[in-house]
Amino acid sequence: MQGVRIDLISEERLAQMPSMEKIRLILDNVREGTIVILESGLTPDEQSVLIEMTMQEILPDRFSGIEIETYPSKQRPAGVFSRFMRGDDENRRLTVIGPANQLKMIRKDRGLISAWISGR
Amino acid sequence: MGISQTLSRILSNLFQNKTARIGIYGPPNAGKTTLANRIAEDWSGTVSGTASEVPHETRRAVRTGNITITGSNGRSITIDIVDTPGVTTRVDYKEFIEYGIEREDAITRAREATEGVAEAMHWLREDIDGVIYMIDATLDPFAQVNIMMIGIIESRKLPVIIAANKIDLPDAAPHRIRTAFPQHPVVPVSCLDGTQIENLYEEMVRHFR
Repeated sequence: MQGVRIDLISEERLAQMPSMEKIRLILDNVREGTIVILESGLTPDEQSVLIEMTMQEILPDRFSGIEIETYPSKQRPAGVFSRFMRGDDENRRLTVIGPANQLKMIRKDRGLISAWISGR
Repeated sequence: MGISQTLSRILSNLFQNKTARIGIYGPPNAGKTTLANRIAEDWSGTVSGTASEVPHETRRAVRTGNITITGSNGRSITIDIVDTPGVTTRVDYKEFIEYGIEREDAITRAREATEGVAEAMHWLREDIDGVIYMIDATLDPFAQVNIMMIGIIESRKLPVIIAANKIDLPDAAPHRIRTAFPQHPVVPVSCLDGTQIENLYEEMVRHFR
């Protein structure tokens, strides 16, 4: 059967993994053409490292990077202390990651991610 | 980063009298180098880098030091401006071929662009004290790179001003950026023709003091 493999990784499993293990798992799978869906997403620091490591792995005609989509973070009222009170957990929302040449976002707003997935 | 590290950074800045480094971040082609050049020209009479319609024209972070900006109330800030490569999660050399660049040059440019993005992320983690985040006001502000970068900047407790750039274009809708990121100051501006650039300078003096 031909198609696209999708791995859905639970919040519990992600919670047991160190950051580098998570990022390695994502990149290894996505480079093989798998779409990875994380139930609880990545912390901002993990996202920062993911961008950096993705850049290091890009190769002409073989891997052009990743497409990653999450919902926007939940809104807090603006205020003097709001910037300091925002926790990493608030930014960890369901995240879809796939190869840049296979996953294309069609539409996104605060409550909907609509994406197109193609075969390799 | 915890509260103790944030306090440590503030105290360190106070007592070492260090010039704050303000990074200009954003996706490719948002107008980062155009803004860096305008700030440098307006306040120090120099030019920071070369702007271009080809994505990833800036592939190394470029620092312009000791720029003093004075607000209308007479208050000044002295900062270093760091123009950074556009942040993205994908770089395909074929995009550059579409702009008429030869294949080998496009591959080289793509490799330099990936190094530049990694370098920009490293600067953000280690060497930046505040951020001007550039968004093209004609595009969807909910683009993933904007959501991720604003989240990363917030997690590092860095002060940020969002510049809603390209308001000289008819499709510009800076109000969408305000709706997307209501927790941060948003300044509509055209870095190309200078429209409302003084509002950005006022906000910089207020926000990065």
